[in-house]
Amino acid sequence: MDFNLDETQEMFREACAQLADTQLAPNAGDWDQRHEYPAEAVAQMAELGLMGVAVPEADGGSGADNVAYVIAMEEISRGCASCGVIMSVNNSLYCDPVRRYATEAQKAEWLVPYASGEKLGAFGLTEPGNGSDAAGMRTVAHLEGDEWVLNGTKAWITNAYEADGFIVFATSDRGAGHRGVSAFLVPAGQPGFSLGKKEDKLGIRASSTAQLIFENCRVPRGNLLGEPGDGFKVALSTLDGGRIGIAAQALGIARAAYEAALAYAKEREAFGRPISRFQSIQWKLADMATRIDAARLLTHKAASRKDRGLPYGKYSAMAKLYASETAMWVTTQAIQVFGGNGYVTEYPVERHFRDAKITEIYEGTSEIQRIVVARDVMGEHAN
Amino acid sequence: MDFQLTEEQQTIEDHAREFAQRVIAPGAAHRDETSSFDRQLLSDLAENGFLGMLVPETYGGVAMGYTNYVLVNRQLATACASTAVITGVCNLTASAVDQFGSEALKAEVLPEICAAKDNLAAAFCLSEPHCGSDAAALKASARREGDDYVLNGTKQWITNGAMSGWYLVMARTGPGAGGISAFMVPAGTPGLVIGKKEDKMGQRGSDTVQVILENCRVPARLRVGEEGIGFRIAMTALDGGRIGIGALSLGVGTAALNEALTYLAEREAFGKPLGRLQALQNMVADIATELEAAWLLTLRAALMKDAGQSVTKEASMAKVFSSEACAKAVDLSLQIHGGYGYVKEYPIERLYRDARVTRIYEGASEIQRVVIAREVLGS
Repeated sequence: MDFNLDETQEMFREACAQLADTQLAPNAGDWDQRHEYPAEAVAQMAELGLMGVAVPEADGGSGADNVAYVIAMEEISRGCASCGVIMSVNNSLYCDPVRRYATEAQKAEWLVPYASGEKLGAFGLTEPGNGSDAAGMRTVAHLEGDEWVLNGTKAWITNAYEADGFIVFATSDRGAGHRGVSAFLVPAGQPGFSLGKKEDKLGIRASSTAQLIFENCRVPRGNLLGEPGDGFKVALSTLDGGRIGIAAQALGIARAAYEAALAYAKEREAFGRPISRFQSIQWKLADMATRIDAARLLTHKAASRKDRGLPYGKYSAMAKLYASETAMWVTTQAIQVFGGNGYVTEYPVERHFRDAKITEIYEGTSEIQRIVVARDVMGEHAN
Repeated sequence: MDFQLTEEQQTIEDHAREFAQRVIAPGAAHRDETSSFDRQLLSDLAENGFLGMLVPETYGGVAMGYTNYVLVNRQLATACASTAVITGVCNLTASAVDQFGSEALKAEVLPEICAAKDNLAAAFCLSEPHCGSDAAALKASARREGDDYVLNGTKQWITNGAMSGWYLVMARTGPGAGGISAFMVPAGTPGLVIGKKEDKMGQRGSDTVQVILENCRVPARLRVGEEGIGFRIAMTALDGGRIGIGALSLGVGTAALNEALTYLAEREAFGKPLGRLQALQNMVADIATELEAAWLLTLRAALMKDAGQSVTKEASMAKVFSSEACAKAVDLSLQIHGGYGYVKEYPIERLYRDARVTRIYEGASEIQRVVIAREVLGS
């Protein structure tokens, strides 16, 4: 048993931290205010190998593991939560399922350039009428000759405006329920495929979120990912892993807010002394530090289990649930430490607070995570 | 990075679980109800090496280190919190002597504690009626007279106080935090008076008493280390002790979760098992998640302590988080039981009471937060 980063992991963390400190954190506020996609920053992340961390080198990735991935996600999200989600979607939701389900022939086109960061991926599962209940899918696909024809609308799709390739889930066999769902690889700009308006979001505003609209959109038969009917399996197995990434993102946001509050508490004076000398403020800092460490340990454990091929669904749900609620709590308390200064955009904590909220919602809400954890724990007890 | 127990750790945990469930668990309710502890159990614990987990073999211990210590302590506490705290205090005391005592002192004292000689435990006497968390304010005195020290004062909340063979006593040989020294006082020393047993809310199987020192004469050879290092001994011991209480809290919390899961599987409401109701599933998820996080914080502190690193911050994090996760676990588990949780037929009623003190002893939650804040602020 060893909870420490090894030397390589520590060097990697430092490289990510440096990028976050020098390139991301100083600009994150501007990107947020202008809703600007940080293209240059994403290119720098790609140079560091962050767009396909756990993808084998032969497939264009960095050949590292999931522990390395969450280490990077934490540091990058600490600098800019939008960069974190852009990276997370490409790694967890796009590259990971493509790596697991694509044929060798598909990988050259649909994995290598994405894992290297030359291209950007997105994941189209959720619809306007269903989110956590993925089995209620309305988007359909049918085969016409050598082409699949897609119809329907996907909602809340991160990276929609910048992505070059999309994994799109659609029902190819209506009678088969969730076993009738298949996954398709769809390039941006395909005729019949258009984007809805960019959502005007509370947080993570430098990343784009939009609907994907399919109106008789035709893709070649070879763009099926996995076998017909594999879609639900592809989606669920992807979300287990994705949750680890979001846990790490939440952790990074929490840390950014905590570190800002810690520095502010030492500088700001009240009643003739730094506010860090007051127990009420000390308590907030102590609880922030403790909960962040707890969240990190849960996240690392989930990632480490995934790397070792051990069951990790319960652990990734725990990590996502706990880390996201910690991020929300820590950012709320950080604003409190800043007082009025926490409520204005001159200081970063109001952005951290807005960024934190989404981590309790996407890739399975807290309510869903609790059900996943409870079912697993009750199941273990019954056996 | 590796979160899996090694084969050796797994063996130790399995052994502790088997022992705790077979030997300790069956009498837990009786110990609570009668506020008594069958001292024969001390010998059973000693035979398994559980009283000298942090002491080298030379002195009768098994030197298994803190990581294994928390694995064992959690299992003992899952079966019976009283037994776990009795065990914990023996280990804490023995470990302090091992780290700071002279060779001669260790050879004299440790084999007896590790073996539970005469079915007796060990006690750690730091708190006083007027000071607990603020330990540097203690008033008990130790006056040098020739080759002896003469101890006077009153020690409060002393676990194992009425059933120990050895008492580690902190007393003042000079002013300030640097004027505190530690002594090993054997039971039966004239002037070592055992006060009345406290009637406690929980952990009732362990005795808690006042220990009164009235011109209690102790030979200088029984001083632990040099004069004036008492406060350092106390703080070092408490770092380790806090990790132990982290594990103990987890045991109580785990027992509460298990009780909830059993009840949820049995009981029906609205035509389906209770476990199918989302409101109750949410409680299970929160208990399990926080216990898992608490466990990782506790293991981290233990691993770091075994690696010889400073663990002041990490031990406090483990202690405050685990004891509060335990509090939430017993509270929600009792809620899941409804009215049945409020009566003594179900173990959760005892667990609820046993849990409460983990937020108080070995440094109240408030002190843990001050310690953590001081560490992160670098002040």
